Amino acid sequence: MTQHHNKQRRQILQALASAGLLSTVYPLMPALAKQQQMSLVPKKTVGNADIFDFNIARTTLEIDRQLTSQAITINGTIPAPLLKLKEGREAVLRVKNALDVDTSIHWHGILLPYQMDGVPGISFAGIKPGETFEYRFPVVQNGTYWYHSHSGMQEQLGHYGPLVIEPEAGEDIEVDHDYVILLSDWTFDSPAEVMRNLKVAEGYYNYNQRTVADFFEDVEKMGWQSAWQKSAMWGQMRMSPRDILDVTGSEYTYLINGKASAGNWTGLFTPGEKVRLRVINASAMTFFDFKIPGLEMTVVAADGQPVQPVKTDEFRIGVAETYDVIVEPTADAYTLFAQSQDRSGYVSATLASAPGLTAPIPDLYPRVERGMEAMGAAHAMHGDSAMNTDQNMAMDHAKHDGHQMSEPKSVDSVSHGPDNHGPGAAMVVDKPISRLDDPGVGFEHLDHRVLTYSQLKSHHGWPDKRAPAREIELHLTGSMERYMWSFDGKKFSEVDGPIRFYQDERLRLTLVNDTMMDHPIHLHGMWMELENGHGDLRPRKHTIIVKPGERVSALITADAFGDWAFHCHLMYHMKAGMFRVVSVA
Amino acid sequence: MQLFKGLSAYSLTLALLLVLGAGQSLADGIGLQADPSWPKPIHDDMAYGQLMFDRLEMQSIEGSEQLLWDAQAWYGKDLDRFWLETEGSYNDDHSGEIENLDLQYSRRISPFWDLQTGIGTQTSFGTGAKQERYYGIIGFQGLAPYWFEIDSNLRISDDGDTWLDLEVEYDWRLTQKLILQARAETSYAFSEVEDFEQGQGLNGITTGLRLRYHLSREFAPYIGVSASRLLGDTKDLAESEGDEDSTATFVAGVRLWF
Repeated sequence: MTQHHNKQRRQILQALASAGLLSTVYPLMPALAKQQQMSLVPKKTVGNADIFDFNIARTTLEIDRQLTSQAITINGTIPAPLLKLKEGREAVLRVKNALDVDTSIHWHGILLPYQMDGVPGISFAGIKPGETFEYRFPVVQNGTYWYHSHSGMQEQLGHYGPLVIEPEAGEDIEVDHDYVILLSDWTFDSPAEVMRNLKVAEGYYNYNQRTVADFFEDVEKMGWQSAWQKSAMWGQMRMSPRDILDVTGSEYTYLINGKASAGNWTGLFTPGEKVRLRVINASAMTFFDFKIPGLEMTVVAADGQPVQPVKTDEFRIGVAETYDVIVEPTADAYTLFAQSQDRSGYVSATLASAPGLTAPIPDLYPRVERGMEAMGAAHAMHGDSAMNTDQNMAMDHAKHDGHQMSEPKSVDSVSHGPDNHGPGAAMVVDKPISRLDDPGVGFEHLDHRVLTYSQLKSHHGWPDKRAPAREIELHLTGSMERYMWSFDGKKFSEVDGPIRFYQDERLRLTLVNDTMMDHPIHLHGMWMELENGHGDLRPRKHTIIVKPGERVSALITADAFGDWAFHCHLMYHMKAGMFRVVSVA
Repeated sequence: MQLFKGLSAYSLTLALLLVLGAGQSLADGIGLQADPSWPKPIHDDMAYGQLMFDRLEMQSIEGSEQLLWDAQAWYGKDLDRFWLETEGSYNDDHSGEIENLDLQYSRRISPFWDLQTGIGTQTSFGTGAKQERYYGIIGFQGLAPYWFEIDSNLRISDDGDTWLDLEVEYDWRLTQKLILQARAETSYAFSEVEDFEQGQGLNGITTGLRLRYHLSREFAPYIGVSASRLLGDTKDLAESEGDEDSTATFVAGVRLWF
């Protein structure tokens, strides 16, 4: 495509975007979409700087055929247009706030000076109504990322978009089509209302709780005694094996590139061509399981960083993670299928060789239930020893209501330690285990391949070869009943200072999940090199899923001076206090 | 009276101390470079509230209709909350009883348990002499292992009468929306209080089964049965007044919250 055409196309796109017509008209214009079907953030170039303009505003638009006026958009669309940067150049990002409240944009996964990271209260004051803030930083990396608000709960309302950085030397994987597949979850209710429901009514959105019928199903499968033991064990802990996602398909409309299944986003190819899908999970709360029935995927990058190719049939993508996959479709049409981790809903889209072609939409997998692995190794081995509490006098409970799970159970279990993290932590895992070779709960019945963290292997080692000189261990803690989420039992407002990293030190960060939920833990400003058993070939990540009962570790080079947010990327967990500042100095 | 004053002074002081202590802002986790004028990155210390009618139902006892309520409202943060709780009944002869109307301060002391303290009143109205007493409360509320909801309070009245009550509830989820709730309550008095037909010892036991259907999370109509039996001295007191010592009734009502 010539420069002239590009410009013309951009003008058309801008006109469409400002008229709010983009989503309806775009599928009719596949001819324009050779490289990217998504609209781009318009670029101006001055010397070595690429200048982009963003306008953040409340916009009335249609989502899944329903009009909504609560959307907060960047340049008028959900998701925001694609921001395409180039490695080696200077990015100048001018963000105008046309809202009546503060806003911000955080460039997720991008290495930059901390003042440019876009977290109000940490990097800067935020962008006041009517103000324009200019972000400026050198682009020193490449790959698939995204950008979103770090203010209030704006992220839930459409304030997110894809960010792709072209390598300085050009793409090293040649493809015929390059599509962004941005997954998100939309609610027509106000996020404040969702938060309140989570806070006052445990399990408000969970319509997959265990029933009496499930108990009798267990009896049929494993006999009275085992069924009773299983039920008693979860009951003893006051934990539900069906707590998979806090906000489910009962509330959310799931979207691919802003379209629900009915909108059927379609990417085109000619059979035999090579297609790169840049899959981004921009959800507030939803882990997705992504597959394309009948089409093998080759994972080539995770969180924007290249990995040695892994062929797979399905992968779980946590909130805020990204995966690049290469596919080589030969049939007429394929369904892109992303089901929520709890199977309460899905969103589908299509890869087709001609507009209008579709493929069958697969069934949701059976509903998900956690097993004993969620409690770490100790419980998997000594499950029934937790059932020895007496229940005679109600008054007793206030006294011995500690954590039965933290009591030493046998000589071979490593005790969690004396700290049970206080009233904000409903459980502690006595003996957390590595679950890197486990794709996660809900795939047990499958006979096809599902990606695991242990399969991710970088092409080469990273510059900092030092062994860690220091270790920091943090526990992910929470209590579903009051919807309290924290690190080490203390929410952000309860700690009296940041986590300290010393300038340029090499350290190991160990995360232990003492809850019944998966948490996507995100560190701003620095890579986490996931220690997953491949020696120096650690994959670098900005967001790491920690499964229930799991202990994972990552190496970090603290080379980024300043303050950085560190938090669970489930938005309502973050808002509830699962948030810290890391200060590098 | 002395005891009551002492107790309420004690609980108010405790409540104040805890609220002040909890409300005192720490430096939070803000970073070394942060400007003090900047807003906080997140606001995780917000207060919420809820008003719930756990039971709002009609009962029919010995041919007379009775409206019964059991409601709670709370307001506060994750660990510190104020609770207003009331239970009572209103009969078709315009008499009735506010069995309790309690204002309590509540502190989460462990992952599933709240320690509560406060003051309350019990009042009967309508036919016969109006009876009224005030009391101080200390108790706890929470979720016991195996999902039993428990609420227990020790009450000491302005006359020095002391009694202990205990409520236990358990929900069986038959389907995602159909729930069978079993509940039992009992109380134990350390002394006899004739005005309130309270004998010394175990006063009685009330059990119920209620089947509710959630039209929404907030709104669930139900039907059920409830049975009460008086015990010991309390039973004797009731018999001497010519009252029944055991009753059973069908109930129909609604559980709702805002």
